[in-house]
Amino acid sequence: MHDVSAHAVHHGAPTSFIRKHVFSLDHKVIGKQYYALALVAVFVGMFLSWLMRIHLGWGSFAIPGLHLLSKTGAPGDVMTPEYYLQLMTMHGTIMVFFVLTTAPFAAFGNFFLPIQVGAEDMPFPHFNMMSFWVTFVAFLVLVASFFVPEGPTLGGWTQYAPLSAVGSVGGPGQGLGVVLWAASIGIFCIGQLLGSLNFITTTLDMRTRGMSLMRLPLSAWAWFITSVMGLTAFAVLMPACILLILDHVAGTSFFVSSNEVINGQILPHSGGSTLLWQHLFWFFGHPEVYIAIVPGMGIVSHVLITNMRRPMLSHKVLIYSMGALAVLSYMVYGHHMFVSGMNPVSSLAFSFPTLVITIPSAIIVLIWLGSLYGSKLRINAASLFALGFVSMFISGGISGFFLAQPSIDIMLHATYFVVGHFHLVMGVAAMFGIFAGTYFWFPKMTGRMMSEPLGKLHFWLTFVGAYCIFMPFHYLGIASNVRRYQAFTDDYLIPLIPVHKFITVAALCTGAAQLIFLYNLIHSRFKGAPATDNPWEGTSLEWSTATPPPHNNFGDTMPVVYHDPYQYGIEGASTDFVMQTSPEQIKNPNEEK
Amino acid sequence: MAKIFAVTIILIAIGSAIPIVMHTWDMPQDISTHGPLIDEQYKDTMLEAGISFLASQILLAFFIWKFSDPKPGTKIKSLPGGAAGLVIAAFVLVGSEVLALGVFGAKAWASVYFAPPAANAMPVQIQAGQFAFYFRYPGPDGKFGPIHVDQINEANANFFGIDTTHDQDSKDDIVTAEMAIPVDREIHLLMHSKDVGHSFFVPELRVQQDFVPGLDLSIHFTATKIGKYEIVCTQLCGLGHYNMKAYLEVMSQEDYDNWIKQQAALQ
Repeated sequence: MHDVSAHAVHHGAPTSFIRKHVFSLDHKVIGKQYYALALVAVFVGMFLSWLMRIHLGWGSFAIPGLHLLSKTGAPGDVMTPEYYLQLMTMHGTIMVFFVLTTAPFAAFGNFFLPIQVGAEDMPFPHFNMMSFWVTFVAFLVLVASFFVPEGPTLGGWTQYAPLSAVGSVGGPGQGLGVVLWAASIGIFCIGQLLGSLNFITTTLDMRTRGMSLMRLPLSAWAWFITSVMGLTAFAVLMPACILLILDHVAGTSFFVSSNEVINGQILPHSGGSTLLWQHLFWFFGHPEVYIAIVPGMGIVSHVLITNMRRPMLSHKVLIYSMGALAVLSYMVYGHHMFVSGMNPVSSLAFSFPTLVITIPSAIIVLIWLGSLYGSKLRINAASLFALGFVSMFISGGISGFFLAQPSIDIMLHATYFVVGHFHLVMGVAAMFGIFAGTYFWFPKMTGRMMSEPLGKLHFWLTFVGAYCIFMPFHYLGIASNVRRYQAFTDDYLIPLIPVHKFITVAALCTGAAQLIFLYNLIHSRFKGAPATDNPWEGTSLEWSTATPPPHNNFGDTMPVVYHDPYQYGIEGASTDFVMQTSPEQIKNPNEEK
Repeated sequence: MAKIFAVTIILIAIGSAIPIVMHTWDMPQDISTHGPLIDEQYKDTMLEAGISFLASQILLAFFIWKFSDPKPGTKIKSLPGGAAGLVIAAFVLVGSEVLALGVFGAKAWASVYFAPPAANAMPVQIQAGQFAFYFRYPGPDGKFGPIHVDQINEANANFFGIDTTHDQDSKDDIVTAEMAIPVDREIHLLMHSKDVGHSFFVPELRVQQDFVPGLDLSIHFTATKIGKYEIVCTQLCGLGHYNMKAYLEVMSQEDYDNWIKQQAALQ
């Protein structure tokens, strides 16, 4: 804990449009910029998934206008096999990097972390501005690959070598498409590294008077833990991307072994290791799962507590459990590689920590459930999405039991079971965290309330729809339906096509429901009812400042913190909550010993 | 609304479990000697995961039903046992569950990967390439000739790059586009990729193994049921990935002997 005056980040309120809304140093504007980028990205990603799902359900169906996206990829508006893979790769890449990493961590974290710790801004505002703009450039570079001659890469978001490293001889998009992909992700990593540095320093060095680490809200803890993971995980992915680009443009052979023959030609590479890419990628890739979901855990805990009108059964246990997830996430990455050809003893070594990671996950879920017991739960769009997150996290997490075991992975690896698992646990659950955060913090971010009826309608359609899409994925996987196929021509897969048709209909309906959210978001931004400073009767620092917060967050006087973050259910007080900034002496019967 | 939400969660949880209980979509029937251990492990995991799934979802629904929108004046109550009780429960229940799954799962894994192939296992070589599998049998001498990548020529059907003119061991090698094996005979499958990553997956055989360019890998298995099964590629290998497949025919020893003779005559 430090006196913030010693570390204050003084940059005066900007006056020009450019410095206020475009190249802003204000963490709140940068947070909104990240949110806007994620919003564009999520609709692009969802649109791609619609195209894929239509193709999987009705492969010969001509999607009107599809040839406008790619003449060669969709002649006569019918998708070619390679174009399906290209759309699939872009869907995965956009969703994982530019939505699931960007929205819950970079968007909400940027806006609220400095406020929740009681700071004027982040310690390195120029780095912060740069982190957003390089992320924006990364997105443009990725999208640019749609417009190069062979289109984007078709190698999947995991970009396994050597397919990703051999150049255009490997297939359409495997030349320039891969280079643009690797450049985009490499640039994205720079943005995340800069962002993580800021988040860590903000948490450790920018807290206001009285704000001890244990007085930080769970959302702030989640962003802090995520930033530590981000700093270490993206620091590995970035050089991996550079090595991949070098294999394309500099004649190196990091990921290509000797004597590979494609189209009758022996490739001019030698001595590389194809498994090296998998190790580097998954060393990043598994922590990335937690980079996507831990902020959601923090946001959902924060939203649930405010709406349960009680603190969690244990603040500390939740923090330690999220920390345990972060540490273990580096020890489990090999479970993606059980059948990759790595030493089978390694598979067992990676299997045990993967099974062990279910313990902190189970503790987090049990603390959420145990805290619901005896609470005074308020139902609104934010709490519905937070509770939906818990349900989705349970459903998606439990299938991890299967995939943690190499013997069962023999049957489920690379099937739709895996697709269902990760979509539920890091896709849908994380999206529910984003929605919960949006409905909860929108008033503070914009000064206006979102429509509750529309929010609830959005929730119902999304909750039921997501289960209709992703539960059947598990059944398909159990029946050995291999993923990343653009058509199901194998004898044993043909009977499964009706299930794919059902999923396609569910995906189209659930996707359409997201337009309700988009309408609510845009309409409320301009026409929503004015929000008060503390519409949900919260206790943490974001609710003790104006709505929306002023340029330096707290006006002339920096806040002083007197209490733990969640003082609800206070007997004898005039309200059932006491804000962190309230100097009144209280005795909280629910306080953790 | 909370009560409708609670009921919805329960309906979804039960609805999700029905196809599993009813075996609407199930793993294909096992035809291998090592498969029963994997299947047993899968069933045990499904039981434990299924109970955890249903219990957690029902508990979530029950608490939403019971504790939402309380009457004014209702006081907050705390779960008996508090967080300490839950942490202990997680360690004991989930800990013992994962320990059991881990130990028994390791046994199933070891049965596939740690035991070496029998000395008399029948060797078959498989080569994966965009977008086809090819198989090579060593012929009467029991030896595979060396591979010369510079002699790979698909137009001349020299898929493996073997040199029957100069390599004595290659002269009797038999190359096929489909795989046939005798029933109840252990097979030692020697795997290599010619170009990019691929995978060998025969669901009925309970075998899935990636091909890694630059690495010679091998697996071994015994098929116990005569029939024709599909070999599919599960590692994204390019635009024709979905269509990369071959057939595995498990035959009686007599049928196999005839088949291999026919294939030798075609070389």
